[in-house]
Amino acid sequence: MSFHVSKRSDITTSKAWIIRIIAIVAALVVCGIVTTICTGDNPISIFTTIFQGAFGSQRKTFITLQYVAILLIISLALTPAFKMQFWNIGGEGQVLMGGLASAACMITLADKVPNAVVIILMIISSILAGAIWGLIPALFKALWNTNETLSTLMMNYIATQLVAYFVIVWEVPKGSGKIGIINQDSNVGWLINVAGNKYLLSIIVAVVITIGMFIYLKYTKHGYEISVVGESQNTARYVGINVEKVIIRTMILSGAICGIAGLLLVGGVNHTITTTISDGQGFTGVMVSWLAKFNPITMIFTSLLIIFMDRGASEISTAFELNQSFADILTGIILFFIIGCEFFIRYQISFVKANGKEEA
Amino acid sequence: MKKFKSVVSLAIATCMVFGLCACGSSNETTETSDNTETAATEEGTSAEAEETEEAAVTSDLKVGFIFLHDENSTYDLNFINAAKEACEAAGVEYVTKTNIPEGQECYEAACELADAGCDIVFADSFGHEDYMIEAAKEFPEVQFCHATGTKAHTEGLDNYHNAFATIYEGRYLAGIAAGMKLNEMIEAGEITEDQAKIGYVGAYTYAEVISGYTSFFLGARSVCPSATMEVTFTGSWYDETAEKEGANKLIENGCVLISQHADSMGAPTACEKAGVPDVSYNGSTVDACPNTFIVSSRIDWAPYFSYIIDCVTNGEAIATDWVGTLETGSVVLTDLGSAAAEGTAEAIAEAEEAMKAGTLHVFDVTTFTVDGAQLDSYMADVDTDADYTADTEVITDGYFAESNEEFRSAPYFDVQIDGISLLDEAY
Repeated sequence: MSFHVSKRSDITTSKAWIIRIIAIVAALVVCGIVTTICTGDNPISIFTTIFQGAFGSQRKTFITLQYVAILLIISLALTPAFKMQFWNIGGEGQVLMGGLASAACMITLADKVPNAVVIILMIISSILAGAIWGLIPALFKALWNTNETLSTLMMNYIATQLVAYFVIVWEVPKGSGKIGIINQDSNVGWLINVAGNKYLLSIIVAVVITIGMFIYLKYTKHGYEISVVGESQNTARYVGINVEKVIIRTMILSGAICGIAGLLLVGGVNHTITTTISDGQGFTGVMVSWLAKFNPITMIFTSLLIIFMDRGASEISTAFELNQSFADILTGIILFFIIGCEFFIRYQISFVKANGKEEA
Repeated sequence: MKKFKSVVSLAIATCMVFGLCACGSSNETTETSDNTETAATEEGTSAEAEETEEAAVTSDLKVGFIFLHDENSTYDLNFINAAKEACEAAGVEYVTKTNIPEGQECYEAACELADAGCDIVFADSFGHEDYMIEAAKEFPEVQFCHATGTKAHTEGLDNYHNAFATIYEGRYLAGIAAGMKLNEMIEAGEITEDQAKIGYVGAYTYAEVISGYTSFFLGARSVCPSATMEVTFTGSWYDETAEKEGANKLIENGCVLISQHADSMGAPTACEKAGVPDVSYNGSTVDACPNTFIVSSRIDWAPYFSYIIDCVTNGEAIATDWVGTLETGSVVLTDLGSAAAEGTAEAIAEAEEAMKAGTLHVFDVTTFTVDGAQLDSYMADVDTDADYTADTEVITDGYFAESNEEFRSAPYFDVQIDGISLLDEAY
């Protein structure tokens, strides 16, 4: 008996979701087994702990939702580029540049102009900075057809080093290599707390961008052009779409939304800038976007899943006094299953008996 | 199409790799001081659940600790051990959160600890300070204590405190061990007097680092007058590769003894490989470097933790700036390694007695020069501000009064003295 793998011609949405749910359950079972072997504890209490870590208290719930919001915004930013098959893995750099622009406004304009003006300038400059960081590789791609995977990736390093440079320029106290909270006493340039809740702003922005992106991709001419370019550039040219223009326009949008994420991270959440402020989410966002098949609504769940597991897994380490590496192992197992299950959604495995008769 | 597929798999592989890196997360550990293993297994499902375990502890006080890294960092391990020791001795419950970055995560960790009923929250890393202050404003009934910070004396919060120790005294003593080793090498004919060059791997050109390498150098020069020093900076408090490379660069430059102020095992292991004697920091590296380890100075934080626990138990105020000393047991040296020269222990003991008696000051202005001249007056940036305003005269009675409780606990010695050359000042 042998087996062979063939591409599925089509698969119903419900069947695809059944496969995904099986994968998640399998991942949790494997996590449970691994944890039980390592700790000798009851798997049910482990899953309770995961939930406790993400939603154990009101504060924890809000923190989780805020993390989801930021990751979701970055993932949404990358999505239009991916949809037109432009591999923007430069989200990290675009977020950092947005954050750097915000921080620059907060630091240099603090005593010079009123708070409202600082905030308006932060919004404009961070969107611009992110957009420019997306525009540069897009221009190279559109004009000279350079490989955008490499150029966007390289732009990340430039952004990181620029931030590192300005951290030294603005460090407080001298020589310490960190800026600390900017305008801690005056709160100049701190984005407003919606209804007195410091986590809500990011969540609201994320909701707005999610809805906006959903409409943009699904119901606008731009969104349609992105899909056509993504399917085939030749077809797009044939029907009269200016491919170069679409690439440039989409990457400006992609970078600009990353810039907004940077603005929220610096102006709304951390009130400082460091080289690690986006914490690899420019890359995690790639995964969120892919797992959701570029659907903004589905992305809410994929980003929630990743943050939920992340915070939950660290709570396991907490309660069971394990090193942080153990949390990473569990997260790794879960991502392996989730990404791996996409294989079974796209392909089916048929077992073939020696006589050539196929079985399920 | 094939090309397309390989690009996709590359992209997915990239995002998997980075995605996993990005999933690095913090963890939290709750422990009770008494041995309550059975109780812990029964209800070890959540950190909060252990609050009910008060019968097991002798005091209902609860202390929360926030650490930048975990026990793999020598810096954090030093704090973690002290936290265990002090809390177990006092019989109080404690919770630790490791791998908390110097950002909003610190504020959130501090708030979660306060939510969980901690009476004291402590953070160990310099960059945590601003976020601790934010949390202190929100929880006025909880005491927030921070090591190495500079702002408690200007912030005006009753429940926010800084602490540090006169580690420059420990560095000076470790420097004596280094000087003795240089003398031994000179006597053995391995090096000439002029070749007695020390290498030092620093993190940033920050006062704490400058104070550290200068006191170390002054200690070494007090016994080996021909000693000079080269310093390199890594631009990170914890970067194993950069620290290793820094040490190798110094060794190539002809440095015959290495010390460091950065938190990984990078420099000590590079020394062991090259066979160059090393004076470590934060704790003994004798296990990893049996042949080259001389001695290590470190701050023992247990006395401070005991102090804050006692203060809160007795309802007393915690000092805004607390400075641990040789007397409080906060500044300690490890046992000498096999690489230490003969007579080192005696020389160190003698200097230690002189320091305790107040006859020996590390930064005695007669022992060093700045640009060829004695330093008779120096205004230091004690009150932290964005313009680095020099605001306080710190030379008193003929010495630079480092980590003086009246000024602030964290170091502010940032003078470049003669005899030490900096290889790079980018950081």
